[in-house]
Amino acid sequence: MATTPAVYRNSRSNSVTRMVTDHVFTGLALLSTVLVVAPLVAIFCYLLYKGASSLNLAFFTQIPQPVGEPGGGMANAIFGSGLLLAVGSLLGVPVGIASGIFLAEFGRGTMLANAVRFTADVLNGVPSIVMGISVYSLIVLPQKHFSAFSGGVALGIMMIPTITRTTEEMLATVPNAVREAALGLGVPAWRSVLSITLRTASPGIITGCMLAFARVAGETAPLLFTAFGNNFWSHNLNEPIAALPLQIYVYAISPYDDWHRLAWAGSLVLIVLIVISVALVRFVASRGTLKANT
Amino acid sequence: MDIKIQEVALNRSPSSPAASPPGEPSAVRQFLLSRGTSAGPDRAFALVMLISALSIFAIVALIATELVLRSQLSLHKFGIGFFFGSAWDPVTGEFGALPFIYGTLVSSLVALLIAVPLSIGLAVFLTEMCPRWLRSPLAFLTELLAAIPSVVYGLWAVFVLVPLLREHVNPILGETLGWSGFFTGPNYGIGMLAAGVILAIMILPIISSLTREVMIAVPHAQREAVLALGATRWEMIRMGVLRNARIGIVGAVILGLGRALGETMAVTMVIGNRPEIAKSLFAPGYSMASVIANEFSEASDDLYLSALIEIGLALFLVTIVVNAIARLLVWVVTRGAPLQVA
Repeated sequence: MATTPAVYRNSRSNSVTRMVTDHVFTGLALLSTVLVVAPLVAIFCYLLYKGASSLNLAFFTQIPQPVGEPGGGMANAIFGSGLLLAVGSLLGVPVGIASGIFLAEFGRGTMLANAVRFTADVLNGVPSIVMGISVYSLIVLPQKHFSAFSGGVALGIMMIPTITRTTEEMLATVPNAVREAALGLGVPAWRSVLSITLRTASPGIITGCMLAFARVAGETAPLLFTAFGNNFWSHNLNEPIAALPLQIYVYAISPYDDWHRLAWAGSLVLIVLIVISVALVRFVASRGTLKANT
Repeated sequence: MDIKIQEVALNRSPSSPAASPPGEPSAVRQFLLSRGTSAGPDRAFALVMLISALSIFAIVALIATELVLRSQLSLHKFGIGFFFGSAWDPVTGEFGALPFIYGTLVSSLVALLIAVPLSIGLAVFLTEMCPRWLRSPLAFLTELLAAIPSVVYGLWAVFVLVPLLREHVNPILGETLGWSGFFTGPNYGIGMLAAGVILAIMILPIISSLTREVMIAVPHAQREAVLALGATRWEMIRMGVLRNARIGIVGAVILGLGRALGETMAVTMVIGNRPEIAKSLFAPGYSMASVIANEFSEASDDLYLSALIEIGLALFLVTIVVNAIARLLVWVVTRGAPLQVA
C-alpha cells in the first residue's frame, strides 16, 4: 500500500535529474561568464598598474633614447600615429560614406549592390598582415622607400568596409517621408541626400567612423612594412614615420626593462584613446537615435 | 498636374518605413524626381557615389593581382608542393609552408576549443539568465575586449600569460595529461598553447556577440512553447533556443576562426617562432601570419620574398572562403538582418 506506483516514482527521479541538469548548466553559463570577464579585468588592471607607474611627462614630450640612457618617450610616435590616422581617415571616410550612400540610395536591391556589399565583407576579413604586404608591393616597392603615406593608405583601406556598412544601415533607417518632403520642396536629389538624409543619419554614421577609427588606431601589422617606424621626429609623408603600436611592439620584444616600461605606458595611452572613442560612440549613439523610427 | 498628384496621393498614402524599404522609389518620389531640373548634377552625384562603391572592387582586385604577380617566382618553382614541404631554408633557397600552415591551424583550433564553449556560455547567460541591470555593463565589457589592440594583447601575454602558463598551468597539464603526448617536452611557456590561449581571448567577443544576436533572433514563441510543455530553463534553452540558432552559431564560430587565422601580432609575440612541426602544444611553432611579420623585411632575395608573399596569398584566399561561409550561415539565420561586426 505504501509503495508509490512505478510510473510516479520513475517520473519523480526523472524530474530530479532534470532539476540537477538545469542547475548544472546554469552554473556552467555563470562560470563561463566569469572566465570571460576575468582576463579582461586582469588585462585592464595590470595595464593600469604597469602603465600608470611608468607614465610621466617625458613620455609625451621626448623621443626615444638609446638603450641605457634614462628617460625617453614616445612623443614622435604619438604624433606619427595621429598623422597616419589623419591620412587614413582622409581616404577611408569619404570613400566609405560615398559607397554607403550608393548602397542605400541608388543601388538598393540590385545585383551590383549585393556584389559591393559582399566585396566589402571580404575586404573586412582580409588579415591585416596581408593588407600590409599588399600595400607594400603596391606603393612601397614602386617608390623604393617606406613612407608615412603608404601606412596611411593601408589604414584608410581598412577603414572603408566598416564605414560603408554602417553608413548603409543608418541611411536605411531614415524614413522615406523625410526624403519625399525634401524633394517635394523642390530640393535637387543630390542636395536632399547630402543635407537631409545624410544629416538625419549622421549620429549613426559618426559612430561607424569612430568604430573604424578605433579599430585601425591599434593596428600594427599593416604598418610593419609601410610606415616602418622611425626613432626621430618626422612629418614628411614621404619618409618612414613612427607609430604608437609599432613602437610598443618593438619595445615589447626587446630585452630591456626600461623599454618594457615604455611599452606598458604606450599601451595604456593607446587603450585610453581607444576606450574614450568607443565610449564617445556609445554616448553619441544613445543620444542621437532616430526618434521617428523607434 | 494637380489631378495627377491627387491620384498618386490616393493610391499611396505617405509611405511608412515599415511598408516599403527606403531607397525603393515610391510613386510619389518618382514623380517628384522626374519633375526636377537638376538632372545633370543629380546624375553626376550618383556617378561619384557609384565610383566610390566600385573602388571597393578595385581595391580587392588590386590586392589579389598584386599578391598573385609577386608570388609568381615561388609559384612556378615549387608549384603545389610548396604547401606540403617542411623545409624552410633561405640560404639554400628551399621553401615549404607546411610548418606555418600547421602552426596556424593548430593554434586556431586550440583557440576555438577554448573560446567556443565559453562564448556560448556567455551568450546563454546574457540572453536567457542575466538580470536586466547587469546585461548592458557585461555587453559593454565584452565589447571593450574587442577594442583592445592586438599588440597590447601580445604585451600582456608575454609578461603575464606566459609566466602564468610556465609556472602554474603547464606543470599541472604535463602531470595529468602528459600521457596523451600533447603536453610533454620542455616547458618554455611560449609555444602553441600560449598562442592558442591568447587567440581564444581575442576571438571570444566576436563569437559571443554574434551568438547573442542569433539567439535574440529566435522568436519568443519558441521559448514559451517549450516552457509551456513543462521544460526546465536549461531544456528550454537547449530545445527552444540553441537548436534553432545552431546554424547561426556555427557561422559565428567560423567567423571567429577567420579572425584567428589571420591574427598576427599577439601570436608572433608568444608562439616561439620556430618552423617545426611538433605534436606537443608546449613546443614552439610558427604561424603563416607571423612568418610574414618576422621575415618579410629581411627577405634578401626575390625567391624568399616571393615565397613569403605566396604564404600571404594563401592566407588571403583561405580567409575569403572562411568568411564567405560564415556570412552565409549567419545570414541564413537572421534572414539578411544587418549584422554589425566591428
